[in-house]
Amino acid sequence: MTRPGPHSRIRPAGTIQAVAFVAVVAVLPLITGQHWLVSLLVFTVMYAGLASAWNLLGGYAGYPALGHGAFFGVGAYAMAIGTSHLGVGGGYRPFVLIVPIAVGTALVVLPIARLLLRTRAAAFAVLSITLMFMVQTLAYNIRSLTGGSSGLIVPLAPFPAAIFERPFYYAMAALLALTLAVCWVVRTSKLGLALNAVRDDEDRARGLGVQTELVKLVAFAVSAGLTAAFGAVWAYYITFLYPGFAIDPLLALGAILMAFLGGRRTLWGPVVGAALIGPAQQYFAYRFGASQLYLVAYAALFLLVIYLLPEGIVPSLARRLRRLRRASPAAATHDQVATDSIFSAGDLG
Amino acid sequence: MTALLAVEGLTKSFGGVRALDECSFEIAEGSVGALIGPNGSGKTTAFNVITGYQAADAGGLTFRGRAVRRPDPCRLQRLGLARTFQQPRVFPGLSALENVVLGRNQPWHALLRDRVPGPDRRRAEELLDEFGLAAHAHMPAGRLSYGQRKLLEFAGVLMAEPVLVLLDEPTAGVNPIMVKTMEDHIRRRHAQGVTFLIVAHEMQFVMSLCDPVIVLDHGRRIACGAPGEVQKDPRVLDAYLGD
Repeated sequence: MTRPGPHSRIRPAGTIQAVAFVAVVAVLPLITGQHWLVSLLVFTVMYAGLASAWNLLGGYAGYPALGHGAFFGVGAYAMAIGTSHLGVGGGYRPFVLIVPIAVGTALVVLPIARLLLRTRAAAFAVLSITLMFMVQTLAYNIRSLTGGSSGLIVPLAPFPAAIFERPFYYAMAALLALTLAVCWVVRTSKLGLALNAVRDDEDRARGLGVQTELVKLVAFAVSAGLTAAFGAVWAYYITFLYPGFAIDPLLALGAILMAFLGGRRTLWGPVVGAALIGPAQQYFAYRFGASQLYLVAYAALFLLVIYLLPEGIVPSLARRLRRLRRASPAAATHDQVATDSIFSAGDLG
Repeated sequence: MTALLAVEGLTKSFGGVRALDECSFEIAEGSVGALIGPNGSGKTTAFNVITGYQAADAGGLTFRGRAVRRPDPCRLQRLGLARTFQQPRVFPGLSALENVVLGRNQPWHALLRDRVPGPDRRRAEELLDEFGLAAHAHMPAGRLSYGQRKLLEFAGVLMAEPVLVLLDEPTAGVNPIMVKTMEDHIRRRHAQGVTFLIVAHEMQFVMSLCDPVIVLDHGRRIACGAPGEVQKDPRVLDAYLGD
């Protein structure tokens, strides 16, 4: 029997969520013509995607990756070099580069990932951030390719000034949709189950015949490839790359904070986290940018999240909803609590 | 009967301590073997080395007639050798059902298939039912009691239909009724053709269930045989009661 039963991967609630989300994201930039607002939307959508991509490795597999700035920077520089040195041309054509950049990064990263993934927990965190600083140092020093500390200029896109941000916004939104689709496929598949097992007890998972090496590599590579894709669009939007800016330790930290705030065991958690923190971050960076005071706000928020909402907003909300439903006369019969299972984690999961 | 698992001269040192000292034994197909010995005699180390969680300094093993050069937990499990741990290990963030489903071996190209496909779900539900955990199928395993986690771990191991199961202290820290439950589960699976090697401390449990009984002391095998013989062996009495 193949009819979609109660255990089918595609649930009505999920479909409604996906359609509503696509509709909202598609309409958002049309509401306002204010450049700073649309620009804020571009960055928020980008961060939602980065947090979701990070979540594949950091959330589902529980590997505390702190160096995703490296992959973002690789994507950004690849875009800049592709447009200025390789002569891809202007207009919409640079967007085509996103695909080879993402796939290329995912493949190139494989041997490095194999090495890093031999370590766990704190050692992995340190190695991943070391990798990021190594890439940053390379960007400073391979001057012929990156321009070193004098930076690299990406040709300005020839889009009409009134709607200049829109192509970038929709490129970011398409990447976000792709990232969420990837996350959804992973979560609802054996791969997701294996990654969750790795997170909970990797050694026991090995003893149960789970191909831990393989699933970790896949999560790492896909996470890195998607991150590079966002970096590529960002480079074309920003038009000026500087190593300390394009390969930024704060990128991973921001993504992690968003994933934690929203709920790193859920699909929508990182998006919710980005929707809350993204605009605030842009605002604070704008107001207190020079003093970098916003970093203190970051740290305070991180502590609050871990202290008050260790699971994040989405799981906490889902549980409250379930409790309300159970309290009503038409109470659900199952006593279910949040797990990674797509069947028992509430509709929001 | 042929030996399902043969261990030859296994040696493993931690610093100056020889946890295993040229330890050799065989487990015949269809038997329920016991590995006993005083604390620190190397029982768990033997399990860890056999299943590839720790590398041996010397010695080797043969499983199903094949020499296993570098034991690896994942590969061995796929060959049919499964184990449990002294402290029950479950995946606390996954539901009990998913804990069991994980035990089913998957080829790499099935990784994108359903997280819990129908046949696996039904099989896992049967196992949960058999182990009295059906009511907790959708509960996170981390919320189960100690004894329930032991049962869940056992059920998960059986999902892949292993040939040989190594149980590390299945009866430690559980109440007498649970000891009986464990024994029943082991007997039922044994009747279905599964071979067992069990580390245990409860002598009554060992003597009523297991044959042969292998006794380790200071990493060496000091006795091996039917429970009745081993009980009378002076070396065994010495190891347990002597200095």
